Parts: sequence; C-alpha cells; structure tokens
Amino acid sequence: MTAAASFDLLEVRNLGKEFIIGEERVLALKDASLTVRKGEFICLIGASGCGKSTLLRIVAGFETATSGSVTLRGKPVAGPGPDRGMVFQDYALFPWLTVRENIAFGPTERGLPKAEIKDKVESFIDVVGLRRFADAYPHQLSGGMKQRVAIGRVLANDAELVLMDEPFGALDAMTRERLQEELLDIWQRTHLTVIFVTHSIEEAITLADRVVVMAAGPGRIDRDERIALPRPRDVAAADFNAVRRELGAMLHSHHARKTA
Amino acid sequence: MTARDQTVADLPAAPPAAATAGRPGLLRARRLALRAQPVLLALVVPALLFAFWQFATANRWTRLIPTPYEVAEYMWDFAFGGIYDDAFSATLHVHLLASMSRVYGGFILAAAAAIPLGLMIGRIAVVRQLLDPFFQLLRPIPVTAWLPLSMIFFGLGPKSAFSLVFLGAFYPILLNTVFGVRSVDPRLFEAASMLGCSGSAMFRKVVLPAALPSIFTGLRLGLGLAWFVIVVGEMTGVPQGLGAAIMDGRTLSRTELVICGMIVIGVAGFLSDKAVQALGRRLLRWSPQHQ
Repeated sequence: MTAAASFDLLEVRNLGKEFIIGEERVLALKDASLTVRKGEFICLIGASGCGKSTLLRIVAGFETATSGSVTLRGKPVAGPGPDRGMVFQDYALFPWLTVRENIAFGPTERGLPKAEIKDKVESFIDVVGLRRFADAYPHQLSGGMKQRVAIGRVLANDAELVLMDEPFGALDAMTRERLQEELLDIWQRTHLTVIFVTHSIEEAITLADRVVVMAAGPGRIDRDERIALPRPRDVAAADFNAVRRELGAMLHSHHARKTA
Repeated sequence: MTARDQTVADLPAAPPAAATAGRPGLLRARRLALRAQPVLLALVVPALLFAFWQFATANRWTRLIPTPYEVAEYMWDFAFGGIYDDAFSATLHVHLLASMSRVYGGFILAAAAAIPLGLMIGRIAVVRQLLDPFFQLLRPIPVTAWLPLSMIFFGLGPKSAFSLVFLGAFYPILLNTVFGVRSVDPRLFEAASMLGCSGSAMFRKVVLPAALPSIFTGLRLGLGLAWFVIVVGEMTGVPQGLGAAIMDGRTLSRTELVICGMIVIGVAGFLSDKAVQALGRRLLRWSPQHQ
C-alpha cells in the first residue's frame, strides 16, 4: 500500500476493562493504547488472560470498556456495526442459511439494492472459492470452508476493519496454512485493515505488518514490533526464524515472570 | 409375521455384493427387505396386542370387551353403515371432521398465541419476569379441571371444546419456544449485530429461525396433546365428535363404539404427527438433526 493513501483508521486510547467475578475484581485490560493505520495487518499475540480477545471485542463493540476510548475514523465506537466485521473462531454462521445467503446477510440488512447485493455476493463467493458450495448449508461444510464463508460474509459487507479472533485456531495445519495464504492474498487485493488475534508466533510473523505482544496480570500491551520481512514470507528462512526466536523470548519472559 | 421371518432369514444367507451384482432380482429383493424392515418391526407390538386381545376374548376371560372381529365389524358399520343401521352407522366422517376441526382449530390458535409469546418471554427480560411465573403456575392445572369453568365462560358446545384443546396444546408450544429462544448461541446475535442487524429485525432474522427446531418440537407435542385432550374437550355437551361418540358409547355401554373411537383418535393423531414431521423436515432441512 502507498503511504500517501494511509491514515490512522483506528485509535485505541488508554483502554481499561474490569470484570467482577463473584467478589473479585479482575483487571482484564489496563491502559491499552494502539493506533492502526488504514491497510495495516496487525496481529495481537499473547498468553491466555492477556486481554487480547477482550481488546478485540471492545473494538467490535460487543463489550464496553471501563475506561478509555475507541475511535474509528475519528468517531467513537458505540456498539457493533457493519464498519467492523468480526470473524469468530467458531465461525458463528447462520446454520439455516446457505453459503450464498450467509454472505448476503449483511448487504441485505443494510438494504442495498437487489442487483448490487447479487453482484457483491456472487463476486465474494468466488473470492473465497466456494462457487461449488454456494447452495450448501453450513453443516455440510468442513471447518476451513465454514471459515471462508465467515470471511466472505464480512468482506461482502464492506467492513473497513476486519477483526479476527483466532480464526484458524480450530483448523488442521494444512488448512490453516492455505487459509493464511488466501487471507494475505485477499488483504493485498482489497486493501483491508485487519486485526488478527492469535496465540501462534509463527502465524503472527507470517501474516502481520506489526505484531502487538500482550502480557497478562493485568492484561496489557507490552510490545509493538514491526515485522520488516519481505512478503511472501518463508517460514523456513533464517531471518523468519530470527524474528520468531526474538518474539518467543519476549512471550516466554512474561510467562516466567508470571509463574515465578 | 411370516414376511418378517423370511426377511431375517434371507439377510445373512444373501451372497456378498460382488456376487449379487450379476443378479439384479436378488439385489432388488434385498433392498426391498431393508426398506420394509422398519414398517414390519413397527407392526410387531400391535400384532402381539391384537393376538392377545383375540385370545383373551375368544376364551371368555371377560364378557365386557368385544372381540376384535366384533370391533372390526362395528368399525365398518361406523364408517360405511349397512350392518346395524343405528344412530352411529356411517357417521364416522361426521365425528372425525368435527373432532379434527376442534383439534386443528385449537392447535392453530394455540400456536398463534404461544409462538409470539414464547419469543418475547425468551428474549425480553421484562416480559419473562411478568409472564413466566404466571404460566408456570397455570401449567400444572389439568385440562379436566378447566372443564367446569370453560363451560361457564363459553357455554355448552363447541366453543368450550375448542378452548380446552387450545389449553392442552398451548403449554408445550410455549415452553419449547421459550427454550428454543433461550438456547440460541449468543455468538449468532453478535454475528448478526456486526453485520448490521438490530432491534426487531433480530427477531425475524435470528431468533425465530434459530428457535425453529425447538418450536417444531413444541408443535409436535402440542398437536399430540390436542388429540389427547379431545375426549375431555368434547365432554362439554357437543353432539358430534370422536370424544362425544366415546362418551355416548360409555353411557350406552357400547364398548365396541368406545374402542372404535379410540382407534380412530390414535390413527388420526399418528397421521397428524407424520404431517407435522414432514413439514418440519422441509422447513428444517438445514438442520443436521432433521434429515
């Protein structure tokens, strides 16, 4: 992407989230700040309990922050909306709709003209490679295909920011790799902005422009590392491994501190 | 029974698939046997009961119950007349239609009330707090207990019958709808909201379809109960209906009429259930549980 076209799309400022579990107050997220530029691919990585999913869910509007603010294009985020599309780990497809109808859900809800919906839906069915399964129901699809539908559904809805919560976590290694490649391909073609939560260092380095390392107890942003490796990235290359070792050391030092 | 015995004996003796490939006749026979098996199995218990009935009445264990033959003969007369030519001859269709109109009328009214109520109770906390305890309180009261009140409210006649059938079908539909709504995966609401769906559209686009399998279970139970309470419903002084005929049979000590009425209710209820199931399979073909 060109630097000139890019601007700050998402601003997360001093975000805090407190849960009350029984008598205890748990600080899930403390003072998290993050700026995402238009077209960037960000990976949030960290051990469980570091607040990465909480941060994503607040940006999506599914949860409200206890303190701090989230703005998209300068406008504060209040509740879920079609400008931020979420891809869930467990797909969350509508089981009573076919692949085509699932992808058409967003455009239909927004009341776009019929012809425009049809064009969009048909083109995104091709983008996610599900032409042969367009009339199948979710229960007839494999996990990888379901996640393609979920991605297509968000893309067809013109989401400006795509939020992905461990989307490939439940898939087998082969399918995961293919979907990573396809996601990068779509991202590069459509100039999407992506925030992708993962707990796999390798996945983060494969995908991201920037890897945001989060730490637990309380959940917070610890590091924000730019991945300078050229694309397409080779998991087996020496420089890839160097980055992996470096990031791994950061993550493990937290673990050591936490368990000590 | 002999057909079934043959089936079982044939299956292990049949040669493997490769050998049967050249003999299409045998293959077709096997396929037919496989298809017939569930029907034949379903007939085993009724056939045994029938045999016991025949045996018991032929040996005069009781003189109060007519033999299967007598009942069959009466059923024929009940349906077509020409044997006894009394007040009940050739009136089966009149009673059946009268009962069906009450069962389906009451059932459809119950569904029309219970589904929207259930959707709201399940989804809206205030409505739930307002209505749920009330319905839980009313639910254990048997339809029979409502009979006197219903006759005061609606008078002698079909309106009362209608209202009792309604009561019988209402609760299973309501409870299953509420259950269906309460068990919708919250992720689906999140998914719909991030795609731009909100407010009342959520009911139509997410709550209703997601709760549909449960609603259908409720409809099946409700229709079953509608048939179940039809005899009580027709104790309200209606002249026609299977329940009314059974009650007349009781007063006149015509047990064969009672048994005929019971059989017709059983068969009609069974066929209604099959119809609802078929409708369910059509509407729920997306659900792996309804294939």
